[in-house]
Amino acid sequence: MSSSDERHDNPQDLHENGSQSGVSRRNFLKGSGVALTIPLVAGGEKIVKAAGADVPVLGPGKVNITLNINGASRTTSVEPRITLLDALRNDLDITGAKRVCDRATCGACTVVMDGNVVYACSVLAIEAQGKKIQTVEGLEQNGRLHPVQQAFVDNDAQQCGFCTPGFVMACKNMLDKHPAPTHEQIEMGLGGNLCRCGTYHGIKAAVAQAARQSRRGGRRNG
Amino acid sequence: MAEYKWPEEGKRKHIGKRISRVDGPDKVSGKAKYTYDINRPGMLFAKLVRSPYARAKIVSIDTSAAEKMPGVKSVRVIQQPGAEIRWAGDEIVAVAAVDESSAEDAARAVKIVYEKLPHFVNEADLAAAPASYRRQPTEQTKGDPDTAFKEAEVVVENTYGNDVMTHCCLEAHGLIAEWEDDNKLLVHPSTQAVSGNGAELARALQIPAGNVHLKMDHMGGGFGSKFPIDRWGIEAARLSKLAGGKPVKVMLERDAELMLAGTRPSAYAKVKVGAKKDGTIVAWESESWGSGGPAGTGMPPYPYVWQIPNTKTKHHSISTDVGPQRAWRAPNHPQACLVTMGALEDLAAKLNMDPLDFVIKNIELTGARANVYKDEMMKAAEMIEWKKIWRPRGEGGMGSTKTLKRGLGLSLHTWGGGGHASNCDVTINSDGTVDVKMGTQDLGVGTRTAIRIVAAETFGIPIDQVKEHIGDNSYPASGSSGGSTTIGGISASTRRGSIDALNMLFEKIAPSMNTTADKLEAVDGKIQVIGSPNNSMTWKQACAKLGMQPITARGKNPGPGNLTSAGVGGVQMADVTVDIETGVVKMNNFVAVQDCGLIIDMKTTESQVFGAMIMGIGYALYEEKIMDSQTGRMLNPNMEFYKLAGLADIGNFKVHMMTGKGYDERGPIGIGEPPTVSPGAAISNAVANAIGVRVPTLPLTPDRVLAALEKERRG
Repeated sequence: MSSSDERHDNPQDLHENGSQSGVSRRNFLKGSGVALTIPLVAGGEKIVKAAGADVPVLGPGKVNITLNINGASRTTSVEPRITLLDALRNDLDITGAKRVCDRATCGACTVVMDGNVVYACSVLAIEAQGKKIQTVEGLEQNGRLHPVQQAFVDNDAQQCGFCTPGFVMACKNMLDKHPAPTHEQIEMGLGGNLCRCGTYHGIKAAVAQAARQSRRGGRRNG
Repeated sequence: MAEYKWPEEGKRKHIGKRISRVDGPDKVSGKAKYTYDINRPGMLFAKLVRSPYARAKIVSIDTSAAEKMPGVKSVRVIQQPGAEIRWAGDEIVAVAAVDESSAEDAARAVKIVYEKLPHFVNEADLAAAPASYRRQPTEQTKGDPDTAFKEAEVVVENTYGNDVMTHCCLEAHGLIAEWEDDNKLLVHPSTQAVSGNGAELARALQIPAGNVHLKMDHMGGGFGSKFPIDRWGIEAARLSKLAGGKPVKVMLERDAELMLAGTRPSAYAKVKVGAKKDGTIVAWESESWGSGGPAGTGMPPYPYVWQIPNTKTKHHSISTDVGPQRAWRAPNHPQACLVTMGALEDLAAKLNMDPLDFVIKNIELTGARANVYKDEMMKAAEMIEWKKIWRPRGEGGMGSTKTLKRGLGLSLHTWGGGGHASNCDVTINSDGTVDVKMGTQDLGVGTRTAIRIVAAETFGIPIDQVKEHIGDNSYPASGSSGGSTTIGGISASTRRGSIDALNMLFEKIAPSMNTTADKLEAVDGKIQVIGSPNNSMTWKQACAKLGMQPITARGKNPGPGNLTSAGVGGVQMADVTVDIETGVVKMNNFVAVQDCGLIIDMKTTESQVFGAMIMGIGYALYEEKIMDSQTGRMLNPNMEFYKLAGLADIGNFKVHMMTGKGYDERGPIGIGEPPTVSPGAAISNAVANAIGVRVPTLPLTPDRVLAALEKERRG
């Protein structure tokens, strides 16, 4: 079985960012907005020639974007270099997804995009347009916690809670795909998220509870 | 007079039960707002320009380009030309701008010229430390170690240690500062010291301490690293002032968080330990060193717990050009435990003794807690099936194959954890609800839950009728969350305040029940004449009599009655499998037996122990702050190469809490630190038992395991 449907599917950084002069993929993404010197065309996209083809380019200034978040259409204005995570947190005040490593390692920013988990820190906001984005804020229905959320509470699968929204999203997506997950599927599905307080024991118990519930016909795909 | 004591075991309705943390639903739904999540109106973002060199002099600083950039609102030079830098990542200039990317651009536009100086960042090899980085060693002798070693029949000598690790709080250090007027500051910090941080800010900013208002609902981990406001925090307040008081948010980048905001000192030791043939430990000698940055570091308490009659210790404090140390859960204990329990395991192996038998034989040397340790040791051995699985060193435990070697290791530890000073206001409202206000903080350990449990227990009401208000320094002052002192402090102040408030309510309603206050009790949502359920009124009816005048009582710790004490013990045993072809260590089972006095909430208490053990697996097997001797920089200031344990790395766990007689009457004692002490020792010992040779230094990475095996093969 391919693991691509359950692992976070962003490529790893190309370079170690161990020094101030180091170049990481993310810093490259962030910086590229100012590095390009393209004549400004008022009111939208510019076209540049790249490898013999016409390529539409946004920026470097702010551009209007529309994101579909938890079923609602949200509009804001961001520089093209802004990540989905930063647009959510800084521009739309949707702060459940957390910024921790900011380079696709720890999973604290995990959201679901078109049915797959992604690291929101490594998706550009402009590229998230037209996709269905689900964040932890979108799991409750009618004021009731999603069974995965309830299982995290019941099994104390959290301490400081900073990694929790990411784990909840990864766990929910894993159970949507594998309602009766094997040991390996759990380790694969949650292997892209890290916790510092050490709540994995509770998380394993929470997965077991939520899986039992979903097999009994509990609500899924919430 | 009211009696200040904890309810007896049979009468407890909430205390000691398994209660889910009360802020759990907020945390799983994204509603819990952490400092990092707070967006204030008109908020600016701060970024810091940091030194790329470990040791250097600042020659010149040019901020003119940065100041002219669009969106930049304030720029501050923190360290002037001429200042000497002592670690890579030190802050030199701070900028604030309207959004994060503008602040980043501005920080990049600052030009700083340095004169690079020679640095020293790796202290593992004592002989390589330059003279100017060494302090005068300290020496101590107890008894007559020279004679004792001459008379000892079995002596082992070995080297042990662990490298520097870092805290890696998932929520980075930082805060949001804003001036409400010229003289009044509002701060949203991520801190372990809500009541304590005002003074630091006030001193730096020269305003009265009472003019600093701190507010924090949730914080994403501290582990000992988040007591100070830190230079970046003070600078955010100064940038805010320069920008007309606008809120300024500073949160460390992940690389800065790992480089600067967390360092647990390293510890290395050459140890000689001797025993009689029957296993009686008689003598200890150690020469140790370690560093926690520019100020070096003191000697961990060698030998740890064991009161060996004849000891000689010598310690070298080494300074390095690395970001300064911060308290890490149970400062000095994990290091002391690893070195001591490692040496004792090696001694047991040379004696051809099962370390479990060896420890029990010498258990009186653990002092006043010997009986507790003995009980905990036997319980842990039963949980991990020690006698069934354990085999002598190098033979491979039960189920080993030619290349997969199983081993068991054990360790024990102690910690104080007595309750800190704490004040709270407990209010009984006329609608029957109760509010507890306290200037404490919940680091994720369940502080909110504990306050609710203690108040609800005292009033005989459900916990959802109590609401705690914490994380604000305008509430009665309560201690910092360090040294595992919070649970004792906040439980005792809440209990005393609740008892006093309840007595005030009794005074109010006693006449209408034709009795006196001293004859009343609060049980099961009722207030009744003691032992007479028929002569009662409901809690709600009683509170309704308060009308327009709610009751408030101040609870304090310390205070009357013996509600808390200090001192706990714990035992951990690890079961590992080592692949001797790849050097990879895999956790099979890990058990902990721990006491911590009266347990307020069993569920969150166990979580603390599980969490401590998991963090312990991290520092035993993976975590290492790798410093590059050439550049003086940290090579792995990120989460790809500074590796935390993941869900698949931890194996199976069992935790047993010691409760009941002998434990409960000691009152609640802190649990955050003690179970973090033993994992390194227990896992290192298990690996030594599995492969037949000591891997001297944590983390036990595959290369080190293979190197130790290779060294053994070559003799």
